[in-house]
Amino acid sequence: MDAVKVLLRNPRREVEVQGAMQVSTLLGRLDINRESVLVIRDGTIVAGDGWLNADDDVEIRPVISGGMA
Amino acid sequence: MKCRVCREPAIIDIRRHNANFCADHFLKLCRDQTVKAIEQFDMIRSGERVLVAVSGGKDSLAIWDILLDLGYDADGLYLGLGIGDYSDASGDCARAFATARGATLLEVDLPADYGYDIPNGARAAKRVPCSACGLSKRHLFDKAAIDGGYDVVVTGHNLDDEAAVLFGNVLRWQTDYLGRQLPVLPARHGFPRKVKPLVRLGEREMAAYCVVRGIDYIVDECPMAAGNKHLGYKESLNAVEATSPGTKHDFYFGFLARASEHFRPEAEGEQADLQPCTSCGAPTTAEVCAFCRLVERAGGHHPDHGSPEPVPVELQPRKPTLVPTPGASA
Repeated sequence: MDAVKVLLRNPRREVEVQGAMQVSTLLGRLDINRESVLVIRDGTIVAGDGWLNADDDVEIRPVISGGMA
Repeated sequence: MKCRVCREPAIIDIRRHNANFCADHFLKLCRDQTVKAIEQFDMIRSGERVLVAVSGGKDSLAIWDILLDLGYDADGLYLGLGIGDYSDASGDCARAFATARGATLLEVDLPADYGYDIPNGARAAKRVPCSACGLSKRHLFDKAAIDGGYDVVVTGHNLDDEAAVLFGNVLRWQTDYLGRQLPVLPARHGFPRKVKPLVRLGEREMAAYCVVRGIDYIVDECPMAAGNKHLGYKESLNAVEATSPGTKHDFYFGFLARASEHFRPEAEGEQADLQPCTSCGAPTTAEVCAFCRLVERAGGHHPDHGSPEPVPVELQPRKPTLVPTPGASA
């Protein structure tokens, strides 16, 4: 069965999640807070209700950054 | 999910606004919220020279981009912190942006100009890295603005940054810090005016702004910041925000409207005790300022020259890779 290939950061790693699904489902399966990330496919942001195909490569990009400066 | 404005497919939901936006109207929202903050807090006046504190991250490049689109006379200053590959990559992002926009980027390099870097300097001075970094940045951005004749220093602090700092200050009732936590710090006692035009925009929005605009920023977290309290506060606030959208906004802007002024006398009392540092002349409450003490403990030195030298940037006729902002002036 095909899987969505997901790039995660901090630390950088890749995981595969089986089947087509909505972005919100993917984040739920990975237990990731949607407030803390963007999901990007081919350089474009995919909205929470956007569908990911089972052969997609996506990046879940964290948006939290910074020290206290 | 449809754009609230045009009903075209949306790319982002902003739950605290209970609204979704397409790419064009999202960029317009970011620009409009920046203008609103600048006007609401009288941050930048017409004709003023602006120095943007540029880290190579999403927030500083986004605010520089927005200010340039709004027609401000805005130069950037990048501070090389000597944090290995991270500094190399972040500097590359800052330079690439400046080149693409035909903007002026000034540079100060801590190891080359001051003889220390953040990892070793923090260790020698017995400070946590984020403390040594923040101290160095504040001093050198102030100095560059004063030396370069800039009217105002702009930083990329966003709503999440301010809410997290406020959260930390409240948890420990650091009343002196609470008195200084404002979107505008006026120029006085040898300090330039410092402003935060992104306080109405969240961290997720700024990352999205850069993706939509095609701005290449440093995505990986600073290795020195990993696991610090500030990041923990942000994660805690995001957990609350997930179930109660708008909490961060209400927390921060409620503080400004209803609580901030109660802490101001303490902060102003500290300002009254300022005197010139006997080493560098910068305003300080001690005989020698904290930055000069850090430089000394880190085994560093002050540079021979005064202001940072502009880094020659190859000018481009127009930004070749950036997506135009809707409604932006040419």
